[in-house]
Amino acid sequence: MRIACPHCGDRDSQEFTYLGDATVRRPAADAPAEAMFEYVYLRDNPAGPHREYWRHSAGCHAWLVVTRDTRTHAISDVQPARPARKGAVA
Amino acid sequence: MRYSIFSLAAQALKGNRGWAPAWRDAAPKAEYDVVIVGGGGHGLATAHYLASRHGITNVAVVEKGYVGSGNVGRNTTIIRSNYLLPGNTPFYELSLKLWEGLEQDINFNAMVSQRGVLNLYHSDGQRDAYARRGNAMRLAGVDGELLDREQVRAMAPFLDFDNGRFPIQGGLLQRRGGTVRHDAVAWGYARAADQRGVDIIQNCEVTGITVQNGRVTGVDTTRGPIRAKKVALAAAGNSSRVAAMAGLRLPIESHVLQAFVSEGVKPLIDCVITFGVGHFYISQSDKGGLVFGGDIDMYNSYAQRGNLPTVEHVMEAGMAMWPGLGRLRTLRQWGGIMDMTMDGSPIIDHTPVQGLYLNCGWCYGGFKATPASGFCFAHLIARDEPHEVATLLRLDRFATGRLIDESGAGAQPNLH
Repeated sequence: MRIACPHCGDRDSQEFTYLGDATVRRPAADAPAEAMFEYVYLRDNPAGPHREYWRHSAGCHAWLVVTRDTRTHAISDVQPARPARKGAVA
Repeated sequence: MRYSIFSLAAQALKGNRGWAPAWRDAAPKAEYDVVIVGGGGHGLATAHYLASRHGITNVAVVEKGYVGSGNVGRNTTIIRSNYLLPGNTPFYELSLKLWEGLEQDINFNAMVSQRGVLNLYHSDGQRDAYARRGNAMRLAGVDGELLDREQVRAMAPFLDFDNGRFPIQGGLLQRRGGTVRHDAVAWGYARAADQRGVDIIQNCEVTGITVQNGRVTGVDTTRGPIRAKKVALAAAGNSSRVAAMAGLRLPIESHVLQAFVSEGVKPLIDCVITFGVGHFYISQSDKGGLVFGGDIDMYNSYAQRGNLPTVEHVMEAGMAMWPGLGRLRTLRQWGGIMDMTMDGSPIIDHTPVQGLYLNCGWCYGGFKATPASGFCFAHLIARDEPHEVATLLRLDRFATGRLIDESGAGAQPNLH
């Protein structure tokens, strides 16, 4: 796999660290325990397009949101995590 | 036909033309008492124990591919029960005891070989951790021996004892551990279950689970709907997808794990050896190939193939432990999909849907668990209560905080 880092260009996936599902959201501090349980433990785990965090740990250290098909490993989209996250929240 | 020396001799005299298929190619009936989703090792073992221990024979095992096409045919064939935590130790020890009597039970040569599993340690801290693990095992009635460097050298002189970074100081040995011919496990359980009347339905993918008033009523499949009083999910690798058909969301991610076989060579290694620094484990099949593997690829995947960085990582770990491996060529490599749970331990439990039972989350330790998984799952399905060694393998332990986290890695599925 190669990941097109928005800052550094097209790089080998070995330069990146996988940091898991990017669709879950940490609940508010006063949310019930059930919400925290779902955030920490439950996952959709789709067979198909998956939005996930990768960190360019041997490059620019940026957190990225990568959309990758879990059936083929084909990557369709790479975004810097902060704007992508703001977009998803809004 | 019962397999024995006499049936072998009789067939040999007849030119081996009288062998019948080991199990029927069943077509789905309209209704069963129990439908097991997943014709892998665990599903077939469940069917066998349902029929043989609980007398429940109106059972179908539905498999989307063919028997043995999933992880039961994709592992590195290792069996062991060298676990630390109370939730795991008795369960895996039951599994090892069932392995020891398996071939007589199912009348099938699964080539169970208790050749020993040796976990190397490379530092004082790791020795202490292994001593603790060995003591926990012995307190639970499991065999374990802590070996020093010279005892390990006597067993495996070819290892790199004086590796500059990771010198070998000793190992934790479980002599009752070993290997089993993995395909034979699937075939043997399938044949044993079939002989008691269980229908094994291949090329039949479940596409839906029907639930009415909170109670399961059957499954939809690519070969038509099947009604069932109870539905049991044993579809590890795809558990999240199957459970989602009943509206469940699981504490699981699917990850790909690769395994490798070298070219066949004369006997080199007579036990299973695991590296204590990187993740690497190796044994030799009776055919002569070295069978080895390492870490998962670390990212979610349903593709039954991995990528080259993990291949390189596994080879590097192997070379650090045993430099002579560099003289061999790798013959084959493949991948399987693992249910990675949030604490690294499996789940055998009821679900919120009545009559729907869940067996999943085997991470990459599912093969050794096959007999106990089937045994305990059959117990749960037949009696509606967990078997005594599986009482802690609950689905709700993630909500209650009663995790069984052998590696202490936390809710990071790819780190277990």
